Amino acid sequence: MRKLYYILQKEFRQLKRDKMIVVIMLAVPILQLLILPWAADMDVRHVKIAVVDNDQSSYARQLISKITSSGNFELASHTFSYQQATQDIEEDNADIILTIPPHFERNLIRENKQQVSITANAINGIKAGLGTAYLNSIIRDFNMQIRVEWLPEAVLDKNLPIQTTSSALFNPHANYRFYMVPAILVLLLTVVGAFLTSLNIVKEKEIGTIEQINVTPIKKWEFILGKLIPFWIISLFVFSLGLLITRFVYGIPIVGNIGTLYLFTNLYIIGILGFGLLISNFSQTQQQSMFISFFFVMIFILMSGLFTSTASMPAWAKVISNGVPITHYMKAVRALVLKGSSFMDLWQLAVYLVIFALVLNMLAILSYKKTS
Amino acid sequence: MNNNIVIHAHDLTKKFGNFTAVDHISFEVGTGEIFGFLGANGAGKTTAMRMLCGLSHPTSGEASVAGYNVYKQQEQIKKNIGYMSQKFSLYEDLTIVENIQFYGGIYGVKPKEIKERTQILLKKLNIENQAKSLVGSLPLGWKQKLAFSVAIFHEPKIVFLDEPTSGVDPITRRQFWELIYEAGNQGITVFVTTHYMDEAEYCNRISLMVDGKIAAMDTPANLKQQHSADNMGDVFYALARGAKRSE
Amino acid sequence: MIKHKIYKQFTAFIRKEFYHVFRDRKTLLIMFVLPVVQILLFGFALTNEVKNARLLIVNPTENAVSGQIISKIKASKYFTVTNVAHNTTDMESYFKSGNIQCALIFPSGFNTTSLKNNTIQIITDGTDPNFSKTVTNYLNAIIGEYLQERSMLQQVPLQINSEVRMLYNPEMNGSMVFIPGVIALIMMIVCCTLTAVAIVREKEFGSMEVLLVSPLKPILVLVAKALPYLVLSIINLIVILLMSRFALGVPIRGSLLLLFAESILFIITCLAFGLVISNSTNSQSAAMLISMMGMLLPTLLFTGFLFPLENMPIGFQWFANIVPARWYFLIVNDVMIKGLSFSGVWKETLVLIGMSVTLLSISMLKFKTRLQ
Repeated sequence: MRKLYYILQKEFRQLKRDKMIVVIMLAVPILQLLILPWAADMDVRHVKIAVVDNDQSSYARQLISKITSSGNFELASHTFSYQQATQDIEEDNADIILTIPPHFERNLIRENKQQVSITANAINGIKAGLGTAYLNSIIRDFNMQIRVEWLPEAVLDKNLPIQTTSSALFNPHANYRFYMVPAILVLLLTVVGAFLTSLNIVKEKEIGTIEQINVTPIKKWEFILGKLIPFWIISLFVFSLGLLITRFVYGIPIVGNIGTLYLFTNLYIIGILGFGLLISNFSQTQQQSMFISFFFVMIFILMSGLFTSTASMPAWAKVISNGVPITHYMKAVRALVLKGSSFMDLWQLAVYLVIFALVLNMLAILSYKKTS
Repeated sequence: MNNNIVIHAHDLTKKFGNFTAVDHISFEVGTGEIFGFLGANGAGKTTAMRMLCGLSHPTSGEASVAGYNVYKQQEQIKKNIGYMSQKFSLYEDLTIVENIQFYGGIYGVKPKEIKERTQILLKKLNIENQAKSLVGSLPLGWKQKLAFSVAIFHEPKIVFLDEPTSGVDPITRRQFWELIYEAGNQGITVFVTTHYMDEAEYCNRISLMVDGKIAAMDTPANLKQQHSADNMGDVFYALARGAKRSE
Repeated sequence: MIKHKIYKQFTAFIRKEFYHVFRDRKTLLIMFVLPVVQILLFGFALTNEVKNARLLIVNPTENAVSGQIISKIKASKYFTVTNVAHNTTDMESYFKSGNIQCALIFPSGFNTTSLKNNTIQIITDGTDPNFSKTVTNYLNAIIGEYLQERSMLQQVPLQINSEVRMLYNPEMNGSMVFIPGVIALIMMIVCCTLTAVAIVREKEFGSMEVLLVSPLKPILVLVAKALPYLVLSIINLIVILLMSRFALGVPIRGSLLLLFAESILFIITCLAFGLVISNSTNSQSAAMLISMMGMLLPTLLFTGFLFPLENMPIGFQWFANIVPARWYFLIVNDVMIKGLSFSGVWKETLVLIGMSVTLLSISMLKFKTRLQ
């Protein structure tokens, strides 16, 4: 135990002197937390619409004003030429085109039926999908309004549509930052844990001091714990700092139990530190360890559901996603911070994290060899 | 030879794939001896030493260090030896005192003793004023002397030195060997590799490695006599002429 | 004669650079595996669209209408109905444990003879605002469609229909948004990061000085260093294009030649960036960090392929304009997906040329001052 004390003392002394690392560990997370949530906003707010109005009637004007006042659309252009509107799409000035046919109002009343057409730029599928859905529901509302104006109550009553109301739980104002900030917190822990731990050990390999350590009677677990504990403390510090920013800069209330949140965080940190160790055992130079950690961290992040929903993944991808520790921790953090879930709601995630921590650290200890 | 054999090797061999780095070497080293391991670059000196220190598994053969088997009791060996590697082995971003404290601590030296011995050491090396400066800021010669002193700080039975004086000036090398003699007088066995032939003269006994094999082993005086040479350089030249691998 | 000699030296030098690059197998492997993995993940695993959203249906009064709506929902690929209940008792705990992501609640006493004042409630997990909006819209659309079919069947007068057309990407292939972004990202990693690190490594080992005293002009030394990475990037580009065409079915609508020319222009910009970084630092890890933090992160954030630029604060939008990848992303999007010709991308091309020239001049200037 006393040997462990000496290793820890040495690690902290070295950390204290390495200004670069201290800056990276503290400034980078804070900056990322302050910048990323503003940039990583995938909310579809304003769909830019080009209206080709071939009718210019009062109904057409009413429909257009209904669209612009809905709050979901931004009128990009209002023309008579479909060609002009497609050019707007080509130049990314518009996302969607609504074409109102000539004599729309007159024919609707005469023929009882009219068709408008919607053309969306489907390169961005989500925008195209939401845009057409919004537009369709406005058109349906407008249609209702006209029927109310013209039809007798008896006909109406029989066909009044079912009303729907919708509400979003846990984040009623649909604030995208509620979704991103906790996730970025997770991202930071992953980067600090995996990159810095592996870099630290590989550095000892590069300068040759690891050989000196290997020839001492230090036990494997003493050395590994000596390396893990400082980064564990740093990770917890970074996490706490991030949590304060979440609460006080972004004003996101932490609904769940703080103790449970820290329990999950500790489980995750142990796992990700083990992963950092594992990388360091397989790389000879700092450059290699950076590349290897970059490669894996990138896959972890993409598969974890940070940006895209895991529910929408195909079955094989869900298997990979479940095999990535960050997925489960991310779910737990979002649930605890935003939904106020209890430990009993999330115990399965905890089991996953415990398994990851055990497996990764076992592999790290087994693959670390004092003797070649 | 006396009865106090501390290093014993018999047909010790290390292969990396098809390449035989160390080829059936056998020798014995007694307590307090300064044993030189000579050879050109790539002759297999470092590999042999790494096997004895428990850093590398032998492919075949037998060896024991301080009475412990190199296959099974590597951790016991490590408690009884000091080691100074070719690469610089102290932490450049720690001060002199912090380095001593760290290495003393992980060898299990008591805190009180660490303090006392540190004072003696600083005085001996005449670096009391630099005690709190970072090792990285010291000149190479000082670093090497310090590294050696740290390697024997826990008073091991044997100390292994892998080319400890490469790159330092002749005066410092001289001072370094004074430290080695002092350790020898305290009863510490010194196992040192080098490719400086003048240093070979300082050893009690030397073994000359060529292409992974021991080409000759005796006292420097006997070797010079056998090859009717004036200095160790000529002995080495006579023996290593036929070497197939050297850089 | 002298010219001939210099030419020979130059080719010998280039050969040496190729050896360097192709000997580091681990890095090389990562460089080729990375794009393939990214393309596969983005193409097959990640999607912004909603599929298989876990839905709870609360249906207190079963009847034909609710039955028809439920079977319509079950038939859509967007939802997986995980539970059907008669009341909302367990709903909250289902949401908290993540078992369900949305709920559709029919009113009790749901009435089929007159549909008036029948309000169906849609409740979503708002943690991911996009997800919750999309789900709400899909549910609304399914119910709306059901009502429309019903009213068509009953021939209600004054019917406004809409016809929807999806431009560029009628199959709503999700990979389309990602491919241009992935290309830009890979180019950035290969050209910028690797070039910077490779040059700084020579500085660290001191072999740069040796090269600079050789009779080759400094500019030729740099050209020779950059050449292997140019070749690697082009191979990578070909691999990505082949994969996206044949594995993901993303068409290349515009001219292939134009696409390559623009890509080479972008590669040159990246290489120039790498040169600037390598000239400003002396250690490999610093070069790595600067190129990762300084280039990769902005490339991810500010090209618009993951996060829409229009949602960002105005300062960020302004900043995005100085990120070269943003312009390249626009070009690839226009040429590859929209099939525009050079006249559609000349502005972006000009910006990239301007950036390359500026960066190259900066690196040349720095290089010269270092020599003096």
